[in-house]
Amino acid sequence: MAQRRGSVWTGCGTVFLKEFADHLGSGRMRVLEWLVLLTGIGAVYTAIQDLKTTTSQDPFLFLRLFTDSHDPLPSFMAVLGFLIPLVAIGLGFDTVNGEFNRRTMSRILAQPVYRDALLLGKFFAGLATLAVALVTLWLLIIGLGLLTLGVPPTGEEVLRGVAFLIVSLAYGGLWLGVAMLCSVVFRAAATSALVALGLWLLMSVLWPLLSRFMTEAIFPTTPLTLLTGPSYQQIVFQQTLARISPNTLFGESLLGLLHPSTRALGPVFMDQLEGAVLGNPLPLGQSLLLVWPQVTSLIAGVIVLFVAAYVIFQRQEVRA
Amino acid sequence: MSDAVISAKGLKKLYGRTPAVDGIDLTVQRGEIFGLLGPNGAGKTTTILMLLGLTEADEGKIEVAGFDPMREPLEVKRHVGYLPDSVGFYDNLTAEENLLYTARLAGIPRGEIVQRLGEAMNRVGLAEVAKQKVGTYSRGMRQRLGLAEVIMKKAAIAILDEPTSGLDPQATFELLDMIRGLKAGNVTVLISSHLLDRVQAVCDRVALFNLGKIALEGTVAELSHKVLGGGYSVEIEAIVPNLPALANRINGVQRVSETGANKYHVIAARDVRAELGQAITTAGGSLLRLDHVEPSLDTIYRHYFEGQHGTA
Repeated sequence: MAQRRGSVWTGCGTVFLKEFADHLGSGRMRVLEWLVLLTGIGAVYTAIQDLKTTTSQDPFLFLRLFTDSHDPLPSFMAVLGFLIPLVAIGLGFDTVNGEFNRRTMSRILAQPVYRDALLLGKFFAGLATLAVALVTLWLLIIGLGLLTLGVPPTGEEVLRGVAFLIVSLAYGGLWLGVAMLCSVVFRAAATSALVALGLWLLMSVLWPLLSRFMTEAIFPTTPLTLLTGPSYQQIVFQQTLARISPNTLFGESLLGLLHPSTRALGPVFMDQLEGAVLGNPLPLGQSLLLVWPQVTSLIAGVIVLFVAAYVIFQRQEVRA
Repeated sequence: MSDAVISAKGLKKLYGRTPAVDGIDLTVQRGEIFGLLGPNGAGKTTTILMLLGLTEADEGKIEVAGFDPMREPLEVKRHVGYLPDSVGFYDNLTAEENLLYTARLAGIPRGEIVQRLGEAMNRVGLAEVAKQKVGTYSRGMRQRLGLAEVIMKKAAIAILDEPTSGLDPQATFELLDMIRGLKAGNVTVLISSHLLDRVQAVCDRVALFNLGKIALEGTVAELSHKVLGGGYSVEIEAIVPNLPALANRINGVQRVSETGANKYHVIAARDVRAELGQAITTAGGSLLRLDHVEPSLDTIYRHYFEGQHGTA
């Protein structure tokens, strides 16, 4: 087959701008933003109440805004882990099938653009919308922290905060990829939304439980293991299983980034702790190294999902 | 050297095992209105999608405006305006915003967009409602908006898929008039329809599709000559006993059929009106009406397939 001629990027910018404008102006986006904003601010507010009474000497006061939880509200970090997918799915579940259902697909593809440009433009528009929402939220929290705590964040805290933003965006991109893949595979928008939301519930609520049960099925509890505790293999197996869920990867990356004293995300042997000053924070570079596998896995997930959606979309017939 | 802007040879497309298009040869000359006519599912839309490079042909060679839609789809799409079957728009945007989006995608220079958009909306008569959301538009208005998009693109070729389906007679008439306007602007028009009679009026040449093949191709007169033999067709309304016998005595008459009370249809090889009139009056009958009619595509189509089934 001879090669196609003409740039894949023709029209990508136009699609991006149109979709971006659509997202920012849509009622759907406004609802989702309020949801995140209210839960997020609630979590941060209770964290601030705690911070004011308990600590004054913590070198990473600002980071604790994101990580501290106060019953009954979870920490801001946990709220994000739960709600970012919801926003991403809300933005992405009808990207492709929506065009078919509105019967605009053939009209758009009759213009001199490749399908690549359409899909890329839509994906980047979703990502940009997520980025705008996340940065706004992040700035709001920093502002809230400045007002109530009265201390400015240190340079390292800001850097860790930026890293946190990037990881959150990758995490959101992954769920956007899931939603777009569903929107390519399923012609009905409702089916696509349901499947994406089902996956989200499976990964965020059921998977941690399932991975534990599956591990117990493979490494059954015996009187011996009750005494010695779980074996090394068992711990590694359960952790690997749990890491299939992007929520686990996201949680672990944030743990490493926002809790500078985190030294390992897996099992640690006693001899590895020799000479370690426990509880002392790691420098930023070391923390980044620690979460590097998690972050690259998240980004790899985004790429794999996008490619899958791309391949299926390219093979789809234009006529509905 | 012919001036063909669209040419397709041996076009084939399979959906699973069943051929949707089964070996089609098609040539459209510059500046003509060409009709792809035939029942639903005859392969018209599939052919159009292949011409646009929106679906891959399994076999055959296509050239549109000098480009191969498989290899240079962007160039083809730059030269072709397309109005899809039951066209859709973004209902939450205004008509203007909808066209603005496609204008940018089409790569119309920024400075020209506003002017060309305004002109197009004027030509289809939607200038006054251009700032309304498309959600409030009727079906006819949507079709016209789709046509405005084709006009705005100033493409050399316009491909219109079922532009009149679902429209009321008045809207159909207006739309066909606008399509004639396209031809006046030296645009080659390819139009597909299952409503033979309505589209017949605007087409220079037609191709009749059936089961993925082109059954007949040519001008309406050529087709009627091929299918109906003589091609000269006369309608008579007269009160006279046994008109068929009278008519059959006239040299050149090939076929007489009764179409209603005192109404007859005569097909002949030449103009037999004078003799028919004379025959009726000399037989003592009274002639109420005597008309030469352009045979309708419907008649041709029905006759053709009756003939096919007869020989099969």
